Formats: sequence, structure tokens, C-alpha cells
Amino acid sequence: MSFQPVHFYQTGTFTVGNRLLSAEERSVQANVERTNSLNSGHRACQGCGEALGARYAIDAAMNAARGRLIAANATGCLEVFSTPYPETSWQIPWIHSLFGNTAAIGTGIAAAIKVKRQKGQMDDVRVVAQGGDGGTTDIGFGCLSGMFERNDDVLYICYDNGGYMNTGVQRSSATPPAARTATTMPVGPEPGNNFGQGKFVPAIAMAHEIPYVATATVADLRDLEYKVTKAMGMRGARYIHILVPCPLGWGAASQDTIKLARLAKETGIFPVFEAENGEVTGVLKIRRPQPVEEYLKLQKRYAHLFGKKPAVETIARLQAAADKNIRKYGLLDQEAN
Amino acid sequence: MLKQTEGSHAVAEAVALCRPEVICAYPISPQTHIVEGLGEMVKAGEVANCEFINVESEFAAMSVAIGSSATGARTYTATASQGLLFMVEAVYNASGLGLPIVMTVANRAIGAPINIWNDHSDSLSQRDCGWIQLFAETNQEALDLHIQAFKLAEEISLPVMVCMDGFILTHAYERVDVPTQEQVDAFLPPYEPRQMLDPKEPVSIGAMVGPEAFSEVRYLAHAKQMQALERIPQLAEQFKAVFGRDSGGLTHSYLVDDAEIVVVAMGSVLGTIKDTVDEMRQEGQRIGVLGITSYRPFPLDNVRAALQNAQRVVVLEKSLAVGIGGILSTDVRMAMSGLQLRGHTVVAGLGGRAITRKSLRGLFNKAISGELGHLTFLDLDWNVVNKQLERERTTRRSGPAAESMLRDIGVVAARIG
Repeated sequence: MSFQPVHFYQTGTFTVGNRLLSAEERSVQANVERTNSLNSGHRACQGCGEALGARYAIDAAMNAARGRLIAANATGCLEVFSTPYPETSWQIPWIHSLFGNTAAIGTGIAAAIKVKRQKGQMDDVRVVAQGGDGGTTDIGFGCLSGMFERNDDVLYICYDNGGYMNTGVQRSSATPPAARTATTMPVGPEPGNNFGQGKFVPAIAMAHEIPYVATATVADLRDLEYKVTKAMGMRGARYIHILVPCPLGWGAASQDTIKLARLAKETGIFPVFEAENGEVTGVLKIRRPQPVEEYLKLQKRYAHLFGKKPAVETIARLQAAADKNIRKYGLLDQEAN
Repeated sequence: MLKQTEGSHAVAEAVALCRPEVICAYPISPQTHIVEGLGEMVKAGEVANCEFINVESEFAAMSVAIGSSATGARTYTATASQGLLFMVEAVYNASGLGLPIVMTVANRAIGAPINIWNDHSDSLSQRDCGWIQLFAETNQEALDLHIQAFKLAEEISLPVMVCMDGFILTHAYERVDVPTQEQVDAFLPPYEPRQMLDPKEPVSIGAMVGPEAFSEVRYLAHAKQMQALERIPQLAEQFKAVFGRDSGGLTHSYLVDDAEIVVVAMGSVLGTIKDTVDEMRQEGQRIGVLGITSYRPFPLDNVRAALQNAQRVVVLEKSLAVGIGGILSTDVRMAMSGLQLRGHTVVAGLGGRAITRKSLRGLFNKAISGELGHLTFLDLDWNVVNKQLERERTTRRSGPAAESMLRDIGVVAARIG
């Protein structure tokens, strides 16, 4: 075998290789004993950010719950690609009911577990409810808010790819401004998605003052595992919002999924933070600040911004939104400014 | 134990005796008193090991019920009218997944125009949703049907709606016999789910099913309802053995054996109809009544058997299939298929319009004398209708119809008394 130099860091990342860590510090995914809750063989697209995010999140939750976990799943890509019956990728008890009720399904499961535990008929089983951004920020929002308000013992995970990708890339309330979708085409005087007021559900979750809210991306999977593990160590309503790039919907190369997730964080477009009881307790600082163009130009959904006549005003508005995130969440260290 | 109590409270007591494990509550009239009663009982600790959850919508109520039922908990909720419509997607999902949830529907009209009073439009709109639908005639039967409903639902793994007339039953104080916990425990065993979300035996529930198996899965739902058709009378027999009274079953016949004319109906109006029939019997009219308790599954054979010696059938229903006439009548006609019977559909009691003995007598006499048409709207005020039709014919911007008609009627006491 030819000589392979040992890299202490993966190229272009700050991720330390597992071999340098003690066993207890290693990631859940690095353990051969991991549950593979979402097993291989499913039908997600190449480079799917959601499949990656779900695998890490649910395995981390399984690890934290010592294998006693039930998952509820909204209609959407994750549901469709994981259970083309008679095949199922789920190695854990899993239920799909509807598009817009997954948080409430989680509530019901948690209530049943509580009663069964009181009766001595069940162990301490934990509940995760999960869905895409459409199932979370739009159609499932009422049930989500209800679950938060009651502080039901459910960890809700939103895999945000910024649109209804399963139905063919339509706009959701999580679709970013200017992005092309099938229902916000790059035509007319204001091509792409409109600049609305935005609907950043992590902030709305914080307004419920639930015990734990966090955002994460698939670029930093250790951070994702840490947040899921931390959330599983708490009781009550918890919410984790994971940015998961979608090569199909974003018009991006499959191999750029991690890179795009990292750029979303490094540009300030997607703030990565955690909050307890409605107050931010930690942020993931930007390591190498990047202009938003670096993120936008890798995606065909923004191609209309970079035509013969670049849409400099639109790009400036997107940069301003990123800058606002940087200020608001304190994403840059002082010395980096 | 005999007590004088409100229908809603009698149902709440019956549900509590069934040892529910999860109850989801969302307020909508006229169902509210039921979940209020249960909420108080759970909070006071009178119902052990039960989670009472105040949800944010009916859609959430049924969704929480789906989650808890799929995790093996005996689950109950109640709704009516707009609430039932708001949860429809989850209603179909619950039956499609085969989850034995029991739900009271305090039958109420559907808007617009908004109306809180009783008719059967709400649950009949869910005719094909896959739930079993049992209609109570009295508060005693409403109480009894809930106890039977849990047993039926759990035995065949299908959800059951117990339908009781809003206000007429839910808010009426009557004497009811509330059974003891021992009696209910003797009748209703603990819930043993067919499927359950359990880390010890992980299963996937709710996967996508394509054309290769969808028909078969749907047929199974029909097959289960056919099983229920056999099981419902057996459960009524068992119930009688434990509790000592007739309640439930598929149908209730009253003086049909020699009847030339049979009136078919569901729910509390059967009481008024029977009183009217008693009077007419004394006058020598050969008239009888068929009460439908099990609307889904629909007991075609029982209905046919009850009608086969009659010459005329009047289906009196508190529902309207707009564009054709009757909902219940369509099913009764199906049962009459091949019989040489004259059938009449009478739409009555919509939105709480009182169905009086006087009106019924007039109606039945018309039927007997051959003057009753195919489709009749009982006690319809033709003046008001014709005036509005004329207004719409002559004026393009005729305005909101309901409000115009109310203005024509003027200030009157609500015609529900």
C-alpha cells in the first residue's frame, strides 16, 4: 500500500479527525455500534443534505436515549425516500401520519408513553418528531406552536432545504429571497422569490421560551450531534432547525452539499446558535468570513442574479440580511471584524 | 346507579369508566361539556393514569389521538360540526391506519351560514371516512354506546364515532343508569393493540402504498366494517348480559311487522316519531318505525328485512345531500333495491328546526294518502325562499342571501323550541 500522509484536519475544514480523539470524545457516527437508525439503501438523491442530517441527528438521539426512541415523520422527501414499502430504512419505531400534524403526533406519543410509564408498562422512551421546512414552517406550524406552548416532551427537528422539494421545488415560507423555485420563477421585474418579512422559525420557537432551541448545518456534524445530545438531555419541547442543502432544488452539484452548508454559515446567511428558555446561550462563530456571492453563485436557483447584468442591488440586499444576522447573533469575533 | 344528569356528563362518566389513557380536548359547541367533565375528573384524580391534553385545534386533537393510539394508549376525543370538518384529514388517517380511537360527535349543522344547532350534516359528511358511526337515540344509549364503542373499536382495530344529537341530547337532563366500574371492567378488557410503536419491536407505520397494494389495503377496511356488522349485535347481547338493558345493535324496529308504512330515522327524533306513531296506531293506522343505530357499517340486510312487508317508506333525515336530496335515503334505497316500495325522502330538522308531532302527523298522513312527493323539506317556509329567489332573479347585486332571508323573516324567537 502506498504511503498516505496523515491529515490532522480535513482539507478546508476545521474538523479534527476522530483518530486524534479519545473514544468517548468521538462522534456517534464514528462508532461501529451506531444504530444506523436511517439505514443505507434509501432513495434520497445523491448529495442529499436531509438524509445526512437525519442520519446524524437520529443516531445521536438514539445514542442519547439508549436505544429507546420513537420517531414521527411528516410527509415529504424524508418520508418518501425512506419508506418505499416493503422497504423501510428505519431501524427504529417510526410513524408517518400527515404533512401538517407531526408535532401533534409527537405530543400523542409522548402522552401515551407517560401513561404507560405510570402504569409500569413501558420504559422511559423518548420522542423525536421531524419534518422538512414546508411541513414545519408552513402547514405544520399550528401543531408545532401548540406543542411548544404546552411544553410537550418532544424534540422536533426541522430539516430546512428552503422549499417543497418533494413536490417539485415550490416556494415555502423558508425559501430565501430571490431564490428561484417552480412557483417563484426568475422572470419579470423582480425575478425569484420575493423579499418578504421572512419566517425564521428558530426565533419563533425561542419566543415560546421552550427549554432548548438550536440551529445547525450539515457542514458541522459534530455540532449537530452535540446539539441533539444536549436536547435529549432535557425534557419538554425542544427544537432543532438544521440547514440541509438540496442539490436538486438549489441547482447545486451533489459534491457541494457540505460546502454550501458551510458557506451559508460562514457568510452569515444562516446563523448557527443555541438558546435556552428563549435566550441565546451560544453561537458558532464565523471562521472565515465570506461574501454572500460565494454562497449564491454555486446555486442555479440564484443564476439570474449573475447574468450579463449582475443584480447588484439584489445581491446587496442579501448581503445586508447576512450582515444583520452577523450583528444580531454576534457571529464574528471582535478581532475578526 | 340511577341519576338525573346532563347527557354530556353521562357520556363523560361513561368514558371515564372505560379507563381512557389519553384524552384530547378542543372546545366546540355542543360537545364542550363532555370534555369539560372529563377534564375535571382527570384533574381531580378520579381517572387514574390518564393524560388530558388541551390542544390548539381539532386537527391537532385527532393528530394527538393518532400518536397516542399508535403508541398503545386507549384514546378518546370529542367534536362536532366545523370541528369535525377541520380534522377531516386526520380522521381519514386514523381509520386508514386502523387506530381504535373513540370520538363523540355531538351532531351539529355545518356552515355557512354558521349555526350551532343540531342536525346530522357533520358526521354524515364523513360517511366514507372509514370510521364506524353509531347513532344514539337517548342519553342512556349514548352512555352505553361509548362503552360498547371502545370494545368494538379495539376488537377490530377501527375508530368509532358515537353520534349524539347536539343540545337535544348533550344538554338535556334525563335519568340515566350509570354503571359501576366493576360492570364496565367485566365488559371491557384492557386494550391490546395490534400494532404499536415500541422500541422493543420497531415497526414502520404509515409508509407509502402504491397501486400494487392500495386496493387490497382499502378492501381490508371494508372487510373490517363487514366484521363489525356481525360484531355489533353480539356486543349488544353481551352488553345486555352485563348491564341488563338493550342498547346498541344495528337497528331498532318499532311496530314494523304489520306496518304498511315504515318511517326510517336516526337519533333522538325517533322518540318523537314513536310518540306520533303511537297516536296514529290508536287511530288504526298501520305505521311503524325503523331506527338506524349503526350508520356505518350500514346494515343493508336488517333494513331490507324491516321494510320488506311495507308498501311505503318515509326516510326522515336531518341531513341534505345538496343536488340530490337525502344522504340516509340513498342508503335505505340501496337496501330496498328490488322491493316494490314507494320511497319518500323527508329532509327535516336542519340547523335545529324543531320536528314536532303535529308536523310529523301531517307528513305521515300525506304519505298514507299518497300525496307526499319524492323529496320534501319539512315545514319549509316557501314565502321566504320564493322571495329570495325572486330577489336574485331581478337584482344582480342581491346581497348576502342568508342575511336577506333573515331580514325578510324579521325579529322572531329562534324556531327551535
